Amino acid sequence: MATIAQQRVAYDDTLPRLWRSIRRASPAPSYLFLLPMAVFSMLPIVYVISTAFKPLEELLLFPPPFLVRRPTLDNFQDLLFATNALSVPFTRYLFNSVFVVLCTVMLQVVMCSMCAYPLSKARVLPGRNLIFGAIVAALMFAPQVTRIPQYLVVQKLGLIDTYGALILPSLAWSYGLFMMKQFMDNAVPNELIEAARVDGAQEWTIFWRIVMPNVAPAWNTLLIFGFIQLWNDSFSPLVFTRSEAMKTVSVAMIGLTNGPATIARQGAQAAAAFLMTAPTITVFLLRQAKVIQTMAHSGIKA
Amino acid sequence: MATGSEVLATRLSTARAEAPAGFALAWRKYSTSYFFMAPFLAFFVVFVIAPVVTAMALSFTYFNVLEAPRFIGWSNYKLLFLEDDVFVTAIGNTLTFAIITGPIGFFLSFMFAWLINPLKLKTPLALCFYAPSITGAVAMGVVWKIVFSGDRYGYLNNWLLGIGAIDEPYMFLAEQAAIMPVIMFVALWMSMGTGFLVFLAGLQTVPTDLYEAGKMDGIKNPLQEVWYITLPMIKPQLLFGSVMAVVAGFSVFEVATSLAGLPSPLYAGHTIVAHMYDFAFIRFEMGYATTVAVFLFALTFGMGRLLMRMFSSKNEY
Repeated sequence: MATIAQQRVAYDDTLPRLWRSIRRASPAPSYLFLLPMAVFSMLPIVYVISTAFKPLEELLLFPPPFLVRRPTLDNFQDLLFATNALSVPFTRYLFNSVFVVLCTVMLQVVMCSMCAYPLSKARVLPGRNLIFGAIVAALMFAPQVTRIPQYLVVQKLGLIDTYGALILPSLAWSYGLFMMKQFMDNAVPNELIEAARVDGAQEWTIFWRIVMPNVAPAWNTLLIFGFIQLWNDSFSPLVFTRSEAMKTVSVAMIGLTNGPATIARQGAQAAAAFLMTAPTITVFLLRQAKVIQTMAHSGIKA
Repeated sequence: MATGSEVLATRLSTARAEAPAGFALAWRKYSTSYFFMAPFLAFFVVFVIAPVVTAMALSFTYFNVLEAPRFIGWSNYKLLFLEDDVFVTAIGNTLTFAIITGPIGFFLSFMFAWLINPLKLKTPLALCFYAPSITGAVAMGVVWKIVFSGDRYGYLNNWLLGIGAIDEPYMFLAEQAAIMPVIMFVALWMSMGTGFLVFLAGLQTVPTDLYEAGKMDGIKNPLQEVWYITLPMIKPQLLFGSVMAVVAGFSVFEVATSLAGLPSPLYAGHTIVAHMYDFAFIRFEMGYATTVAVFLFALTFGMGRLLMRMFSSKNEY
C-alpha cells in the first residue's frame, strides 16, 4: 500500500505529459533517431540502383563514388545481350521468373480465397478445426523442410525440370490461406452473406460478387507477398530444375555473384540486382496502403 | 396417449426414412463448402502433408534416390547427433543466429513500428525500413560482398584502414570468427519484414480512448502505457510476428550461402538448412537429409507451440 502511495507521489504528471507531447506534437527526437536509421536502411538499395547505371570508368574509380555521375545503360546491355557471363541469355531467366511467378501467384490467391471462404463463413463445416489447425501448424515450419520429400513427389509425377515443378508445389500456401481467412472473419459481415443467400444467390456468385470485392485489400496483399516471396526464392528452382534454360533470375543471380566481387563484373551484377529488386519494391509501393490494412487482421489468437 | 405414440411412431419412421436421405442432405449441404476447399486441400495434401509424412518415414532409411529406400532404424539419428561434427557446427551456428537475430529483429520491428506510428512521415519511413526485407538476400549479396570485400577496395576495409583501426585488410567473408557476425548483421538489416508490417497495422487498431482510460486508471509513463495497454491489445499480432521470426531464424539459408558460400570456409557459416541442402541435393543422401529436415521440423514446431503457450498464459489478465 505504502509503495503504491509513494509511486503516486513520485510520478507527477509533468514528465509523461512532456514525453507525450514530444512523441505526438513535436516528434523531433523520434525523427532524429529514425531518419538516420531509415537512411542507413536504404543505403545498400540506393547503392545498387546507382551502381547499375555507372559507366565502366566510374566502376574503376577508387575510392568508388557512391552515386553515379554520368548514368548509362551499358551494364544492362552487357547483362541482357552479352551472354559471356551466363550460358543462356539473361532474358530467358527473366521470362522464366515472370511466367512462373505470375502463374503461381494468381492460382495461389484464387485457391487460398476459395478455401478460406467456407472455413470462415460456412455455418457448419465438419472438419473445420482440423483443417485450420493443420494450416496453422504448417505456418510453423520452415518451407525448406518439405522441399526434399516434395522433390520426390515432383520426381514421381515426372515434373522435374518443367514449369509445373516450379508452380505446383507452391500452390498450397498456408500463409496465404491463414491471412485470407482472418481477413474474411473480420471484414465480411455475415449478414451480407445471409442476405444474399435469402435472395437465392448461389454460393459461387456470393463468393465472386460479394466476398471477393470485400476482401480486395487481402488479395492485393497476398498478390504482393506471393510475388515477393516467389520472385526472390532461389531454393525451389535450384532443387526442382536441372537445365539452365529452366532456371529463374534468382538462380542466375547466384551464378553471377559467386566468386570474388571483381570490379569489371560489378556493373553487370548491380544491373542484375536492380532488375531483381525493382519489381518487388515497385509492386509494394503501388499497394502499400492495402497491405497495412490487411495486416491488421493477421494476428493469431492463442 | 394414442396420439403420443402415433407421433413417436411417425417420428421414428421419418427418422428411419431420413437416415439415407440425411446423408444425402448433409452431402448437399456441405458439398459446396468442400468443393470450394478441394483445390487447396488437394495441393496441401500432395505437397505439404504427404511430404512431411514421407520425410518422417525416410529418416529411418538409407535412400540415395537410385535404389529403393532401405530401413536402417535409428542409425541416421545416431549418426546425426553423435558423429556428424559438421552438423554440430550447423546447429551451433543456427542457434546462435536464431537466438540473437530472432529477439533483436522482433524487438527492433516493434520499436520502429511503435516510434513510426504516431508520426506524419509514417508511410515513407515504413517503406524505408521495410524495403530491405523485400529485396532478397541473393540480390543484395552483391552490395554486401563489396562492403565486406576482403581486399582494400571493400568499403569497410577501406574505411577501417582510413581511420587507422587496422593495418591490413581483414577477410570478413573468409575469417571463421567474422562470418557469422556478418551474416547476422545483414539478416538484421533485412529483418523488418512481415513482423514489422503486422505490428504497424496492429498499432493502428488500438483505440485511442483506451489510452485516455489508462491515464484515468493511473498509468503514468509511456513505458507503462506500452506494457499495460499496447502490448496486450496487439498480442495476436505479436504472436504471429514471433512465430514468423522463429521460423525465419531457424531456417536461415539464403543470407548465409549468398555471403559465405556453400560450403562456407571451415563451415563457419554452415546452417541446418545448408546441411540439409548439402546432403539432399549435392550428395543425394536423401535418407540422411530427411533426418535433418525432421529435426528442423521438430525444432520450429516445438518453438511455435511454446510461443503459443507463452502468449496464451498471459491472456489471464
